[in-house]
Amino acid sequence: MRSSLGQKLSVLYASLVYLFLYMPIAILILYSFNQSKLNAVWTGFTFDWYVKLMQNSDVLDAMKTSLIVALISTIAATMIGTLAAVGMYRYHFRGKTALDAMLYLPIVIPEIVMGISMLALFAQLQVPLGYLTLIAAHITFSVPFVVVVVRARLAGFDKSIEEAAMDLGATPWQTFVKVTMPVIAPGILASALLAFTLSIDDVIISFFVAGPASATLPLKIFSMVKFGVTPEINALSTLMLAVTLVIVIFAERLRMRKQ
Amino acid sequence: MAPPKRLVRDYGKTWTIGPILIWMTALFLLPLILIFGVSFFTRSSFGGIEAPLTLENYVRFFDPLYLKILWVSCVLAFFTTAICLVLGYPFAYIIARSPASWRNILMLLIIVPFWTNSLIRTYAWIVLLRTEGVINTFLLQLGIISQPLPLLYNETAVLIGLVYTMLPFMVLPLYASIEKLDRSLLEASADLGARPLQTFWKVTLPLTAPGIMAGSLLVFIPSLGLFFIPDLMGGSKTVLIGNLIKNQFLTARDWPFGSASSIILMALTLLFITAYILISKDKEGKELI
Repeated sequence: MRSSLGQKLSVLYASLVYLFLYMPIAILILYSFNQSKLNAVWTGFTFDWYVKLMQNSDVLDAMKTSLIVALISTIAATMIGTLAAVGMYRYHFRGKTALDAMLYLPIVIPEIVMGISMLALFAQLQVPLGYLTLIAAHITFSVPFVVVVVRARLAGFDKSIEEAAMDLGATPWQTFVKVTMPVIAPGILASALLAFTLSIDDVIISFFVAGPASATLPLKIFSMVKFGVTPEINALSTLMLAVTLVIVIFAERLRMRKQ
Repeated sequence: MAPPKRLVRDYGKTWTIGPILIWMTALFLLPLILIFGVSFFTRSSFGGIEAPLTLENYVRFFDPLYLKILWVSCVLAFFTTAICLVLGYPFAYIIARSPASWRNILMLLIIVPFWTNSLIRTYAWIVLLRTEGVINTFLLQLGIISQPLPLLYNETAVLIGLVYTMLPFMVLPLYASIEKLDRSLLEASADLGARPLQTFWKVTLPLTAPGIMAGSLLVFIPSLGLFFIPDLMGGSKTVLIGNLIKNQFLTARDWPFGSASSIILMALTLLFITAYILISKDKEGKELI
């Protein structure tokens, strides 16, 4: 690595891996502006596929479903997860290790197992698949991630500050809102962004718990891809890429400010 | 003074831990217990479940047909992990050793595909690989080939899709462990006369082993269960355990067998995780000595 040849090889290797990572995405974006519908030959620049996409009511419905599910599940998961992170940081209780395991398990077991087990539950309880089941499932897979992120933020937090606040007469709720909250706010925001992205991107679990009238955007893409390749999917993918990019950059800025 | 304070604190405990306990028990634990239970039932003629209770669903999994699916899934997941490791290790190393001012932007460039919907990334490869796809069109126009190559709908395509999707999951933990690596140890090794390759085998690799194991686990487990990449890129030729489970639930409507297959997949996963925890604990012990 010390020689300049080694350095050049390193740069070359890293560039090739980046090329591998970005070429498919770049081509997808490029062809969303291609006039030709059927083949991969470039025939001219157009915005047609974006216009068509905006007139496709199925896609707009899926977009609406995705946003509603992501917003509601993000808010709920962030609230439940933050409370749990604070509770687990502040208190010792029986079964804490078991709760820990119950929070790590959803992160590590295959998503398909979570998906079909929730499908089995909803079927047994005869809950019709739709918004309700989608939101419940999304909250379930997001909550553990929220707990992990907020707990990481709390790890550097001095417990004695909370105790001082309570000794000075603050109720636990006052202590939480006025002392703890401001310190962990960046962690809460970061975990909310994470939950939102997880929800918007989820394919596998949603596949099992979405009803016929509640397809999310990734599910819509799944069925469109199965019917064949059209530039409309390129356009839709490009839009989703842009949204992801904005969220990632925002989250990254948040993370860097923290450091 | 202590007793009233403890009372107030207990109240806080209920409201912080209570919601997650109820939620995860009802929507995570209970469903898992439910499919565990269902896996012992018999499929009814209407696609539901009925008595008698049986072990038949587990026995059935040991049919050569299903064992082969499990085997192919494991082999494919193993190759995905191995390729990601070989491809990702030097890459993570180069980034971790790049100038500090560059590192954040280089990492951001890894995180963007990581956060990009995996379905979109799969679709991007279909656009490249299909018969009328970008690569075939390009090669035909250059006159290198006269017939489009069958690039899509085979196991290689599935492998490309899996590696492409999982690579960031390998690079992130590798980067974290390589960045922590103390450079002076490498210098010491070189000063003591080790050749670069020796230093790599005897110092760098053992010290970054936790990253290697974490990355391998993060790639291997999801690779086993991803059903949409084989569905979309493998055609009907490649059936993995994820596809098997999906089909039992949605197409064959054999919930007991689908449940048994899921339990087997989960048991396998937990086995790998337990092995990982045991090995990494062992490592820590050795480091203490």
